Amino acid sequence: MISFIFKRLLQSVVVMLTVALIAFAMFRFVGDPVNNMVGQDTTDTERAALAESLGLNDPFIVQFGRFAFNAMRGDFGISYKYRRPVSELILERLSATLELSFVSAVLALGLGVPLGVYTALKSRGIISKGIMVLSLMGVSLPTFLIGILLILLFGVVLRWLPTFGRGDVVDIYGWWTTGFLTVSGLKSLILPSITLAIFQLTLIMRLVRAEMLEVLRTDFVKFARARGLPDRAVHFKHALKNTLVPVITITGLQLGALIAFAIITESVFQWPGMGLLFIQAVADVDIPIMAAYLVLIAFFFVVINMVVDILYYAVDPRLRADAAV
Amino acid sequence: MEQAIEKSRMERFLDSDLWHSFKRNPVAIISLIVTVIVIASAIFAPLIAPHDPFNLVTIDIMDASVPPAWEAMGDPRFVLGTDDQGRDIFSTILYGARISLIVGFSSVIFAMVVGISLGLISGYVGGRTDAFIMRIADIQLSFPSILIALLIDGVARGVVPKEMHTDLSIYVLIFAIGISGWVQYARTVRGSTLVEKNKEYVQAARVIGIRPFTILRRHVLPNVMGPVMVIATIHLALAIITEATLSFLGVGVPPTTPSLGTLIRIGNEYLFSGDWWITIFPGLALVILVLAVNLLGDWLRDALNPKLR
Amino acid sequence: MDLLNIKHLRIEFPSRHGTVVAVDDVTLTVQPGEVLGVVGESGAGKSTIGNAVIGLLEPPGEMTEGHVLLKTEQIDTLSPEAKRKIRGRRIGMIFQDPLTSLDPLQTVEQQLVETIDLHLKLGEKKSQERAVDLLHQVGIPEPEHRIKNYPHQFSGGMRQRVVIALALCAEPEVIIADEPTTALDVSIQAQILELMRRLCKDKQVGMLIITHDMGVIADITDRVAVMYRGKVVEEGTTEKILGDPDHPYTQSLISAVPRPDIRLKRFPMVNYIEEEGERTKDLDLSTHWLGKVRDFDAVEGPLLSLKNLVMTFVTKPAFLKRNRIMFNAVDDVSFDIEQGEVFGLVGESGSGKSTVARMISSLYAPAAGEVNFAGTDLTKIKSQNNLDYFRRQMQMIFQDPFSSLNGRMRVMDIIAEPIRFHKLASSNREVETIVKDLLDHVGLGAQASRRFPHEFSGGQRQRISIARALATRPRFLICDEPTSALDVSIQAQILNLLKDLQEELGLTMLFISHDLPVIRQMCDRVGVMKMGKLVEVSATEDLFERPQAAYTKELLDLMPRLDKLSHEGLELEDA
Repeated sequence: MISFIFKRLLQSVVVMLTVALIAFAMFRFVGDPVNNMVGQDTTDTERAALAESLGLNDPFIVQFGRFAFNAMRGDFGISYKYRRPVSELILERLSATLELSFVSAVLALGLGVPLGVYTALKSRGIISKGIMVLSLMGVSLPTFLIGILLILLFGVVLRWLPTFGRGDVVDIYGWWTTGFLTVSGLKSLILPSITLAIFQLTLIMRLVRAEMLEVLRTDFVKFARARGLPDRAVHFKHALKNTLVPVITITGLQLGALIAFAIITESVFQWPGMGLLFIQAVADVDIPIMAAYLVLIAFFFVVINMVVDILYYAVDPRLRADAAV
Repeated sequence: MEQAIEKSRMERFLDSDLWHSFKRNPVAIISLIVTVIVIASAIFAPLIAPHDPFNLVTIDIMDASVPPAWEAMGDPRFVLGTDDQGRDIFSTILYGARISLIVGFSSVIFAMVVGISLGLISGYVGGRTDAFIMRIADIQLSFPSILIALLIDGVARGVVPKEMHTDLSIYVLIFAIGISGWVQYARTVRGSTLVEKNKEYVQAARVIGIRPFTILRRHVLPNVMGPVMVIATIHLALAIITEATLSFLGVGVPPTTPSLGTLIRIGNEYLFSGDWWITIFPGLALVILVLAVNLLGDWLRDALNPKLR
Repeated sequence: MDLLNIKHLRIEFPSRHGTVVAVDDVTLTVQPGEVLGVVGESGAGKSTIGNAVIGLLEPPGEMTEGHVLLKTEQIDTLSPEAKRKIRGRRIGMIFQDPLTSLDPLQTVEQQLVETIDLHLKLGEKKSQERAVDLLHQVGIPEPEHRIKNYPHQFSGGMRQRVVIALALCAEPEVIIADEPTTALDVSIQAQILELMRRLCKDKQVGMLIITHDMGVIADITDRVAVMYRGKVVEEGTTEKILGDPDHPYTQSLISAVPRPDIRLKRFPMVNYIEEEGERTKDLDLSTHWLGKVRDFDAVEGPLLSLKNLVMTFVTKPAFLKRNRIMFNAVDDVSFDIEQGEVFGLVGESGSGKSTVARMISSLYAPAAGEVNFAGTDLTKIKSQNNLDYFRRQMQMIFQDPFSSLNGRMRVMDIIAEPIRFHKLASSNREVETIVKDLLDHVGLGAQASRRFPHEFSGGQRQRISIARALATRPRFLICDEPTSALDVSIQAQILNLLKDLQEELGLTMLFISHDLPVIRQMCDRVGVMKMGKLVEVSATEDLFERPQAAYTKELLDLMPRLDKLSHEGLELEDA
């Protein structure tokens, strides 16, 4: 078990380093850092001095090392556009994105898994077929369109829910602002989180359904029936557990993807999160923000992957390989 | 042995389970028809479109914001209404669908070529090469395709000189969406290759002396294409959505050649002021297209799955 | 009173090609303490009967006529809930593959306790005690400890014992066993069968055992029903059916079983199921392409000489070499094969015999040792082009008829591939003629060339494989379990064919099998392998009559007792 964790940690570090390398390459070689930071009337001598002070003349490895070291401390330099430290900009918006992603994740999992199980068990029923049709819609509608439609329906026509922004937020811990504690905050969360959740929800649902249908066809399910076990035991005790094990990994990845997909939702709803920041950075070619976002997302993914792998290990006895006697 | 009737390719196809399942499935038939109609309209857009939305001469700003023909203020010249510049919505949809399809198909083909090649090599050669390719694939899988597409797009913006932006942006887009999608193909093909590699007909070919490249081409590839086609349809839908999303966000196709996503973006600003048709119709077109492709993909997957028969 | 009574059962499977009648007017009875064997080849419908009795018939199959009675109660018309109550409690079932029969996520204890408690309502503690006792009865050592293990921690044979325990735990009156030992090694098979028979007699349980293996029938059944194409063609005591069958199908089936105690010239009377194609042409080998100048250098001495072959596989890969765990699949194996000889290699699964074959045919590169073919050490040849010359002389036939042909190629192209690759013909027309001749020669007929593999049965596909192997006019043929996946009568046909071809073309053969009677039938000399090592090499008759090594004696003891089988119509080979 220990060696397993150790190996995974090692892999994670490799991934982070690779991503950091890419981020650094972007940082250093796309456009000219000096150019982006100064005005037009800066003299050449001043530019050269700036380049020197930024360490731009040092060998590649040294620059990369510096970058990686700074990144670990959360220092990603100054944004070209806003002229403020990137870490500040991100911290301001981190809680917005994380809260949104969290609520969406809960929705996607909480509805996706039960629906998947239901449509697998009652695959011939009319409700199942209806759900499958809806799920097809869910996969065919681009997230931004869903957002627009929801805004149209609930915000413009019915006027029940706010259509942009986070509502009122409360400060905790200095930099973490939460929308959970105010009514308007909660109301503002509803439409964006549903929008973000729908795509993942349908994916999870289809995955669980497909996997469960597979498991229901296996020999051990047949043998369980042959022993006279009632359907409830067969479906939930045996089939479901075996379904969820392979589903864990993919679900973990999907939920991690939520943080990145938030980009779209944040754009549609003008939600002040990291995603919105990132999109504007892409349009403005604001490299420091892009690099920072990349590294941050990688970090989240690596952590989620680790957690998922450990869960998998804990749940599936076959992975704790003992010799078969 | 009784006299064997040799069936032609066509006869074999008509007799196959695949065709039979298709004939029986009205949903599949309808989606195929819809897809074909949409694709055909997009290809022949210049011939079908009643107006050329990009010809500045024919556009009259006085025609701006006209509602669809069946509404009170509508104009029979513009069946689905016009946008804020006076362009006919129906025509812009046709041209827009064209762009969406071009980008969609090209990205899929790009991803397929890269993915299948890497998958074959990875699966057949194994060892370090396999581990290396799969490691890259795993890392890339950690990132959602949209993020990768955005990154590539953003980097390209910074690297490519401003004058060449509009010319190259479609290629960059195709590359970005394609690169973000090769992994699925590679993994599936690798899995199938691993399975086929151990099958005895591949071993028989090796015993005869056939070289690896020929084995891959003649024996393995035809047998792994089934799952690839299923992925391709799903991927096509995804590619179209990704392109639409990127264009909606403003970082996709250039505004001179708007796709359905761009149109939706433009219309979004007028949603609240009541000119709903500028967004809704392109949106509808997008949904119909993607839905049809998805349905085809679903049917294909079920039809090709030997276990479900 | 009969324990289990199946009356005039008819089961149909509607499909888009028309309705398939899987079981047609079948009547069977089983008494308490009796073992009834249902034997037949694939497609006979025997498994379907088992599924129907226990109420687990797969849709779209349905029982259109007949009744199933348990003691006096009719069970096929019960409600689904009532049927469920009977399953496990009054009728138990054992499936073929122990590796997939158990839930991998639950311990053995959990699975046992669940079933015991469900049917006998003993409560957790008492159920646990009973579970341990059951494991003890089925012969699992240290049951109190092993009960906490997960299924993957048991070997195949042990798992089947667990499966048997699970089937018996609610004290059923009838057990249906569907090919219970087919997936197990020969040495384990005997033990499991013995266990099942003993449990049956002790508990006075009636057992219906479904199998294709005549050895199993001879071993533990009291009565036998022979099935062919959904019908019971003959039924009676085991002695009668095996020793003195009346129905021509049964006779044909019995005559096709390879005997451990005698060697036949050919298998007679095996045309009942599948008509062998008539070989229309009698080839004059002196002029025909097949016999023509096989322009290989003449060889003095053995055609194949293996010296100290070693093959290692990595079971636990690791980055650092010293952390890797390897095992020797083939450990210092040496033997010779003389020209024109049929050499057999026999052993259980995992013994390394297939690995040896793959090293000879250069599919694997040996870790050490020499493969001397026609005087040249093949392991020393680096260039692929040079190896091609030897590849032409040596070809291979594989075990699984369903994966040894590329489903997407026409038969013509499959057989033509080696001809074209080695440039053995001067024109396309010549290639076609050669292929058609080959198809004819293996009994398929030239018309087969335009068709695809899926249009042929297992036995026919093996013929295609043989034709492909002959296409380069090899002088050495490796047969790796060529008939293990085939039904008994088809196996007999293919073995006949191989024997005929070997004599006609003067082929040298390496014949690999785990089935000793088949080896006795086909080979001149035999090598016995165990866990990578070559344990004994002798002439066939010597091996069977006067075995030297202890392991050989073990293997011979484990051969099924087929003395009961009739010798009617068999022609022995002259010594």
